[in-house]
Amino acid sequence: MPSPRRGGGTARYLLTKLGGAVISLFMVVVLGFILFRVMPGDPVKTMTRGHPVTNEQLAILEHRYGLDKPKIAQFWDYLVKLLHGDFGDSYQYSRPVGDMILEKLWPTVLLVGTGTILAVALGLWLGTRAAWQRNSVFDKASTGIALAFWSMPTFWLGMILLTAAGGLFPSGGMVYPDTPPDFLSQALDILHHLVLPVITLVAVVYAQYQLVMRSSLLEEMDADYLTTARAKGLRDDLVRRRHAVPNALLPTVTLVFLHLGMVVAGAITVEAVFSWPGLGQMTYNAIGVPDLPVLQGTFIVLAAAVLVMNLIADVLYRFLDPRVRAV
Amino acid sequence: MQPRRWGIGLAAGVSALALALAPAMVPQVAPTAQAQNAPAKKVLRIGVTQEVDSLNPYIAIYLLSTNILRTNYDYLTVFGQKNMAPEGALAESWETSPDKLTWTFHMRHGVKWSDGQELTAKDPAFTFNTMLTNETARTANGSYVANFESVTATDPYTLVIKTKKPQATMLGLDVPIVPEHVYSKMKDIGGEPPMPLVGSGPFTVTEFKADQFVKMVANKSYWRGAPKVDEVDFIYYKNSDASVQALRNGEVDLVNKLSATQFDVLKNEPNVTLNNAKDRRFNELVINPGATTSSGEAIGNGNPALKDVALRRAIAQAIDTKTLTQKVYGEYALPGDGSYVPPVFSDFHWTPAPAQSHQFNPTAANAALDAAGYKRGSDGIRLDHSGKPLNLRLLTHSEKPQEQQGAPYIRGWLHDIGINVTIQPLSDNKINEATTAGQFDLTYSGWSSSPDPDNILSLQTCSARPNAQGKGGTPDTFMCDKAYDDLYAQQLAEFDRAKRIDIVKQMQSRLYDNAVNVMLYYDDSLEAYRKDKFASFATQPDPGGTITYQQGYWGYYGAVPAGEGGASNASSQDSGSNTGLILGVIGGVVVIAAVAGVVVARRRKSTADERE
Repeated sequence: MPSPRRGGGTARYLLTKLGGAVISLFMVVVLGFILFRVMPGDPVKTMTRGHPVTNEQLAILEHRYGLDKPKIAQFWDYLVKLLHGDFGDSYQYSRPVGDMILEKLWPTVLLVGTGTILAVALGLWLGTRAAWQRNSVFDKASTGIALAFWSMPTFWLGMILLTAAGGLFPSGGMVYPDTPPDFLSQALDILHHLVLPVITLVAVVYAQYQLVMRSSLLEEMDADYLTTARAKGLRDDLVRRRHAVPNALLPTVTLVFLHLGMVVAGAITVEAVFSWPGLGQMTYNAIGVPDLPVLQGTFIVLAAAVLVMNLIADVLYRFLDPRVRAV
Repeated sequence: MQPRRWGIGLAAGVSALALALAPAMVPQVAPTAQAQNAPAKKVLRIGVTQEVDSLNPYIAIYLLSTNILRTNYDYLTVFGQKNMAPEGALAESWETSPDKLTWTFHMRHGVKWSDGQELTAKDPAFTFNTMLTNETARTANGSYVANFESVTATDPYTLVIKTKKPQATMLGLDVPIVPEHVYSKMKDIGGEPPMPLVGSGPFTVTEFKADQFVKMVANKSYWRGAPKVDEVDFIYYKNSDASVQALRNGEVDLVNKLSATQFDVLKNEPNVTLNNAKDRRFNELVINPGATTSSGEAIGNGNPALKDVALRRAIAQAIDTKTLTQKVYGEYALPGDGSYVPPVFSDFHWTPAPAQSHQFNPTAANAALDAAGYKRGSDGIRLDHSGKPLNLRLLTHSEKPQEQQGAPYIRGWLHDIGINVTIQPLSDNKINEATTAGQFDLTYSGWSSSPDPDNILSLQTCSARPNAQGKGGTPDTFMCDKAYDDLYAQQLAEFDRAKRIDIVKQMQSRLYDNAVNVMLYYDDSLEAYRKDKFASFATQPDPGGTITYQQGYWGYYGAVPAGEGGASNASSQDSGSNTGLILGVIGGVVVIAAVAGVVVARRRKSTADERE
């Protein structure tokens, strides 16, 4: 029977979760400022290394980046800009960090998004099969293979694929410079470039979905409601699909959403092996300088993505699983 | 939710996502690039691992950017291809006033910008005056105009530059001359110039995708004559192994900055020509002689014993640079011979006379330390003058395998003369921070020289030291030697090249005697190109020099496509890459068809189930 307080409970639940997310985001903003300033390195010195510069030029750059101000003033500038939605300009590229992140976001989402969706689909399917045919040859083989891929270094697997593909697929990048500018040619070329990085990404991450799905389905296997379902005369296939899998899916939802949050963070290694022009690569390049506005900007965006996805997972969970609502 | 529909939804989601995102990334192509798309186009594709920070020559600092801009915009004078001596480019001839303060450049007639406008003396005058009046415009190349008093175009073909003090480096101004009619209209002089760039060099940038590629098309009206290739593409690879793979696959025609291992592997490729080029970089071991700030106050925590030049010379004499080079580079570097200017610059290169030399000789080094009163303790480690054992820290860049391999040898050699060394591998940034603050005893370091050695010479002057806050300056060894500084000022005022070379050699001799650094090796630049696509390139210097990252545009400008049929080769290569594309697309279609097939089959099966 629906309780009269139920709606209020939901609202309070949402508000608590939302408030938590906002507080976390603020801490990320503060941490982002401190963390990258603790890192060693003088951006001006690193960037001008090997290039003839006068003391005046060094001073001009320090001043332009605001690095000649006290740290407190720098933090204030950073906060004020951030409140206006401005991440500042990259030291290296003299461009707004917001624009750079937007530009790199889509390649990363395309690569990691496609990879994650395929990995989830493959992992859940294999996990379901493996659990249902527990201890069969299929179970042992597929679990073994998944674990083998899971333990492979991404960089190594990527390089092996790159070499083994023998010129069937591009060695890097997202599109060739000489591809005709029309939509179809560009889209096909991007898909062509996408194949190897996606295969690498899927191979390395699908195991976790398979193993979680396998173990949570195994937990459901001896449940009474499955016996009931079989007693009703349902085929084995239907018992699995209609009754066991939906219940076993719950723990995987958390995992999937946690990883969807990471989609934005990209897969730095895969992007590095295949020279994919994404966020991961941009962050990696920025660390060496250190390009503080880029690091702060990506840190906030990546953290925000994880926070939002966790929030969605929390909320979804409440609707998917009545037990959470009852607590 | 039913799992079957869920599976179909997923498949649909994947396709939708891929299709929805692909158009978002279709690059905005400049119209000129479209027009270039002719079948017989000869393209030079270069695989690079460096980034482009900007295509505005006023603010671009990174190696690849300056290299591209050097090809896009010509200079008043350039460093020649054969021997790297300065020669005329946009300026045909020049003369100096008797007081050495006024330079009059006579501009070449009939030079056109890539948009057809004439290039006159007003363009260099605008370029330099913008730098003199606008701080932002001095970001990249401010050092070249720091001594300028005024710049005027007295007529369309005469440019007059007045300097505050005599400046011998006036023929080595590494400042791209920009078109006034484009840059005077830019609101922000530090912003990105409009695409396509308007240039005066052999190739002009038409398209730039950050971290992906830079496309340059031939400037057919280039004043030296049209280049032999139609287009140069710089294609970015995050790791050099991928760029080597791209060379083997024929996706790129030329790669540079190879490691010795990659270079050796490519020896077995039938279609690849290797270029083992002498380069402009030196690698040194810096010995902290007692770091001080620009005002002379001591900073850092260097071992005070190293203030003794006798100890520093003994350290230099204990290091076997030949063996070290052989161990870490094999045949791909020249061992340090005492010259501060790398041997590739043969004019300025100097070697010590036998009497002056403190090249490898451990016996002599030990004898010198005995004579200087550094007695050995009971454990064989010598004691400094205050009785403390000689323990030195050696900083190495953890990212550089050559330093990790080489440092134990240095430790061994110094142990042989009774000095204990602790190796401390640090990140690049950490090392820069430590060395700028004088917090080291021994450290690896290295710089690249320009054909005019003025910049690397200035690194060893008193004014290169940082201020008390550790800011400013470009400290290397922290040497502050009046005799050296006097010679530095002299060479800068000496306009006779032969006499100037002589002074520069005296400076190197002085630096060598002070033993604040040991030249370890001069590493080669390793390059490789497809000989089925390109017959030859113009190296700088010639012979033995590099193709890419020259101090000029000779390498790309002098590229000769293979045989007469450079074009047919290019098109056959195009069909090669198309084959890959077609196979890839067929593969994709097969996968999608298979997935669709499975889904349909399952659906039928389940419908059959329902009917049961």
